[in-house]
Amino acid sequence: MLLYICKRLIYSVPIAIGVSIICFALVHIGPGDPLSTLLPEDAPQEVVDRLKAEYGLDKPIVLQYAIWLGKALTGDFGISIVTSRPVLAEVLPSLVNSLILAIGGALLGFFVGILFGGLAGYFHGRPLDRIFTGMAITGVSVPHYWLAIVLVIIFAVELSWLPALGMNPTGSTEFNFSVDNFRHMVLPVISLSVIPAGIVTRTVRGVFAELLNQEFTEALRSKGMNELHVIRHVAKNAAPQVLAVMGLQMGYLLGGSILIETVFAWPGTGLLLNNAIFSRDIPLLQGTILVLALIFVALNLLVDVAQATLDPRIKR
Amino acid sequence: MMYLKRDTLFKLPKAKRLRSSIAALAMAGAASIPVASAQAEDVLRVAMTAADIPINIGQPDQGFEGFRFMGYMLYDTLVLWDLSKSGQPASLTPGLAESWAVDPANPERWVFKLRKGVKYHDGSEFTADDVVWNFAKVRDTKAPQYEPKQAALVAVRIPALKEVNKIDDYTVEIITKGVSAYVPYQVSFWFMSSQEQWEKVGSWAEFAKSPSGTGPWKFVSQTPRAKVEMVPNKNYWNPKRVPKVDRVILRPIPEASARVAALLSGQVDFVEAPPPDAIPRLKSSGMKIVTNAYPHNWAIKPSRIKGSPWNDINVRKAANLCIDRDGMNKMLGGLSVPSQGHLPPGDTWFGSPTFKLGYRPDDARKLMAASGHSAKKPLTVKIAISTSGSGQMQPLPMFEFLQANLNECYFDVQAEVMEWNALTSFHRKPANSKDAVSKSINGAIVSHATQDPYSGFERFFLSSRISPAGSNWGMIKNPWYDKTLAKAAKTFDPDKLAKILASVHEYAVNNAEWIWVTHDVNPRALAPHVKGFVQAKSWFQDLTPISIKR
Repeated sequence: MLLYICKRLIYSVPIAIGVSIICFALVHIGPGDPLSTLLPEDAPQEVVDRLKAEYGLDKPIVLQYAIWLGKALTGDFGISIVTSRPVLAEVLPSLVNSLILAIGGALLGFFVGILFGGLAGYFHGRPLDRIFTGMAITGVSVPHYWLAIVLVIIFAVELSWLPALGMNPTGSTEFNFSVDNFRHMVLPVISLSVIPAGIVTRTVRGVFAELLNQEFTEALRSKGMNELHVIRHVAKNAAPQVLAVMGLQMGYLLGGSILIETVFAWPGTGLLLNNAIFSRDIPLLQGTILVLALIFVALNLLVDVAQATLDPRIKR
Repeated sequence: MMYLKRDTLFKLPKAKRLRSSIAALAMAGAASIPVASAQAEDVLRVAMTAADIPINIGQPDQGFEGFRFMGYMLYDTLVLWDLSKSGQPASLTPGLAESWAVDPANPERWVFKLRKGVKYHDGSEFTADDVVWNFAKVRDTKAPQYEPKQAALVAVRIPALKEVNKIDDYTVEIITKGVSAYVPYQVSFWFMSSQEQWEKVGSWAEFAKSPSGTGPWKFVSQTPRAKVEMVPNKNYWNPKRVPKVDRVILRPIPEASARVAALLSGQVDFVEAPPPDAIPRLKSSGMKIVTNAYPHNWAIKPSRIKGSPWNDINVRKAANLCIDRDGMNKMLGGLSVPSQGHLPPGDTWFGSPTFKLGYRPDDARKLMAASGHSAKKPLTVKIAISTSGSGQMQPLPMFEFLQANLNECYFDVQAEVMEWNALTSFHRKPANSKDAVSKSINGAIVSHATQDPYSGFERFFLSSRISPAGSNWGMIKNPWYDKTLAKAAKTFDPDKLAKILASVHEYAVNNAEWIWVTHDVNPRALAPHVKGFVQAKSWFQDLTPISIKR
């Protein structure tokens, strides 16, 4: 297992470098520049040039990348052009905030997905299957930002039951375990959980339905094993595939949903990315994308290890 | 933790019915809602359109919203804007300087008499040394307090200033680069930070944690991207402008629908720029919508480079006569002022242009026909436009409206749609740039402020202000503007200056230099308990008269 983990870690290095090159290139290919947002449109050229030099934007692109990568390897992701704050100091608190939402969204989405998917798979072809499958398709198809707005209109504006935005009533970005904080989480978590719930439902349904039709399931039944035990065996066999999908979904959730976090003004990485994109805050954009990409790579690694633990054949 | 009073305006009959029908759930929900408790203080919660808290150390970023909600709240300038009236355009008024005058013996020297007894929030006294120190902050690259970003943010605002010298503790002289009558306007954008506070904390990064100005509001705390809190400066030098509420919380909420939802759910009390389609809903919930014309301009800037179709005055006039501005105003829910010229109607420098803008498509078609265009041979023009952006209003629906109008008058209007940042970058280069020429773009819609002679005229019409030296994107080169605006810049008598600037406005309109469409009215939505707000005809606003009466 240790050898397998080492191998996967080594594979992760070129992926991380590739990701860093792609994210660096992408933010530079796009039109616009950070100084256009920062400075008045008629700022004198010498002032623009001076500020460009100040941020190293006057250097050749390859050199800019080399400098950025060199610093990033030492944990220095640079300074945000717009806010003048260190990028890491911007990204980490946002990441924690997105993690809070992601955990909530994952718990809800995965629970619903496994439950509905399991039931749909078990009752494959029957009305219950059609209902849950329909719900899953709806979950995947409904734009979650639209759902978010609808939820806000109903529960925040019309009923005044839940807050419309932010992390807590004081407007701060610190999470604590209070009723107020949880109330602020309800609508974004529901909005965020809809897509993973739909995807996991469909995956679990498909895998369950397939496994329940396999010979080993028939063999278990014919041996007189009760249905709960049969399902336990099926679930164990389904786990690696479902885990892989859930790992990917967790990665997406951790990245923060730009749209959901924008609708709810939730100060996570999605909102951070949204702001950085519109202000062309290149250091912040690069830093955030790289951190998220590395988390995604690490998460995939974890899922692979978990899969290999559950199903040793995968290691071969 | 402080709980704010819950608003009662959502107890609408419909909501009540809904509540009662699901009473059990409501009770469960209500148990977790912060209860309306006795409120210790009156708090005004404002939703800004900015994505982050503007820089708080003096010169703000985030455009004029930064000036509005950080600059003029924490800080003062030597000359301020009078934001107390809604009926007339905001004008200059004494600020940290009680009076100012140009030296009769040397028109390149201004003398500013400073107000005595003004204290910074840290308790230090404002004197001439602070003015000199603040000038070095943005101009002297060798000064320890020099801050490059602050310098960059203010550079375009104070171009005429060359030197600032102390005469005595309460008098400074400003030496200009050439003769400039616009110095009072320019210094109205230059904020005075506390030298003593900076020296105490040692750096601008530390200063940002406890900024100190002389403004009517004092900084309390801020959370990046989430909120900034301020309390009244009870010792403010102008007792009429001591804030009436106990605290103001400014929240950056860039998403328009999120701002509206926040207001409707009682999370904020004051919302900047609600979208037009949300206005009826806000009104029906008892919210007040306040609007006022201000020096804002939404127009097509035509390219005037060699070969541009806009070089033909018939074409420019025809376009100006083929826009149903009232129809567009209806489309915008009445939240605009149809253009009658470059400046909003009623502006001090509007004058009496003879070319009257209006919707006369028959006249427009005649002008186009005279220039050889017809329905079968329409004139193709391509306009750069953004999907959103500061001051751009509702750019895409407005453009489509404009396009439909102009296409009825032998135009074939095409769009080059860009994201806002891309458009501002594009606009930094003139109409003959590779970007514009390679895409055949011969017009651009970039909204502008027009509140002072430089912002309103110089940067658009002077040949020396062709982008990137100004905002003359279309590359207008007309000696008349160069001569007349140079004369204006040397005219110190305000009445004479106003006459010259009115003549510039008349000349620009009569020549149909641009295709003017509309002016924004900067809508704001206020909860019913917010009282006393006066929306000035300005990009800047004053929150000090606001009180909370529930």
